[in-house]
Amino acid sequence: MKEDRTMSKFKLLTDGLVKNNPTFVLLLGMCPTLATTTSAINGLSMGLATLFVLVLSNMAISLIAPVVPDKVHIPVYIVVIATFVTLLQFLMQAYTPAMYETLGLFIPLIVVNCIVLGRAEAFANKHGVGESALDGIGVGLGFTCSLTVLGLVREILGSGSAFGWSFTGGADGMLAFVMAPGAFLCLGYLMVLFNKFLKKNS
Amino acid sequence: MEKLLVSPNPHIHAPVSTKTLMRDVIIALIPAVICSFVFYGWREILVMAVSVASCVLLEWAITKYMLRKPSTIGDLSAVITGILLALNLPYTTPWWVVMIGAVVAIGVAKMTFGGIGQNIWNPALVGRVFLLVSFPTYMTTWGTPQGVVDAVSGPTPLGAIQEGLMQGASVQELTSAFNYKDLLFANLGGSAGEACALALLAGFVYLCCRKVIKPWITLSIFGTVALTSLIFWGIDPSRFTDPLFNLLTGSLVLGACFMATDYVTSPMSLWGGVIFGVGIGFLTMMIRYFGSYPEGVSFAILIMNSVVPLLNMWFHQKKFGRK
Repeated sequence: MKEDRTMSKFKLLTDGLVKNNPTFVLLLGMCPTLATTTSAINGLSMGLATLFVLVLSNMAISLIAPVVPDKVHIPVYIVVIATFVTLLQFLMQAYTPAMYETLGLFIPLIVVNCIVLGRAEAFANKHGVGESALDGIGVGLGFTCSLTVLGLVREILGSGSAFGWSFTGGADGMLAFVMAPGAFLCLGYLMVLFNKFLKKNS
Repeated sequence: MEKLLVSPNPHIHAPVSTKTLMRDVIIALIPAVICSFVFYGWREILVMAVSVASCVLLEWAITKYMLRKPSTIGDLSAVITGILLALNLPYTTPWWVVMIGAVVAIGVAKMTFGGIGQNIWNPALVGRVFLLVSFPTYMTTWGTPQGVVDAVSGPTPLGAIQEGLMQGASVQELTSAFNYKDLLFANLGGSAGEACALALLAGFVYLCCRKVIKPWITLSIFGTVALTSLIFWGIDPSRFTDPLFNLLTGSLVLGACFMATDYVTSPMSLWGGVIFGVGIGFLTMMIRYFGSYPEGVSFAILIMNSVVPLLNMWFHQKKFGRK
């Protein structure tokens, strides 16, 4: 029995990473995915910022869900999420001002990220604190990994560097990959690879 | 073809296949290709060779190793994509940039969508636009035609005009630098395929005579460009260029004759084709007059390519016997 429960807890974590990967399988949160992944570092920080909000809001919502009247549950969830986003915004402004400048508008936009509200609606209001936290970590990590990979591929092709470390000796990459069309192209091909990999392993 | 089922009636077999049509397109492109070799010399031959070879090899490799289907390179469409891509690039383009263009044209724009007949956008144009966005330095360093002698880079006529207008010169002063005979018979900076409008028109006439393409798309593009620029030129000749100049410069002739008329990515019906052509002509002129790029033919064709399924739906062929 105990083993079964640890198995399911482990499954909560990995589901968000692979089977329900928010970016490559569910196609949620496309706006930050396409807009902020100009480099691996940017993708990673956007992912971690979302992870932070996701875990905290999942936990808070799972705690307050029983007492929230059904009619107003979405506004209440949004207020909870917005609180954590504001918190994150102040934290980033204080400790990582450069990253705060780069991500700019996309930090406050985490409030309307459909992954966060989606997990609150679909998971956190029906489960306990611990499980909701694990789910938040799983999905958040899935989002972070996808954004980092997407950012890495776009950075390698677009600027000829990886995590800010240039390997082309100053030569430019293919600029299209830093711009919007490259984001769509890379996302599409990565999705193909991811689904092929999933199919093979299932 | 052997796999085709035999049906009871006697049928007349037409010898027309994708291959014969594509062969005619290649024949029609020969004058333009020869002109580009003559005007731009051995570096253009290199660009052309790299482009065609990588397009064909890539299509062969993708069909064999990724799709595991019978290869489609026999229908010659990859050869045409390669030729058109090379004609759309300046002859000074480095070989590896040409190869990236071929990868985007065949790999992304054609084979990802399922190969010939399935692609939404003209592969060669997607390759060109990708390179234009990705490598602006290589793609806008135009050499003036010098034959085999070392090239001097110079702006295209359209580029020169856009630059001049920004510095406050009037269009009359700027266009006086070019005479129309030069525009028609080459000797101007630009993509290799812009070298000689006359050679391209000769190819177009050949294709129309062989009934490989119907002329209405091309003619409606020319007509719209002429009309739009006539209106703007009539309003303010010091800001807008005249119709003849617009018809002969840039890749308009190449685009209208060979890129917009691509079978797969153009509408099937007459009125669909006319609207397609009018859209291309109008968008081209808008980009030339008001856009940040000096030339807009490739963007205009790609934008209208995306509308083609809609046009096919609106103007589909009437079934025999239906009202």
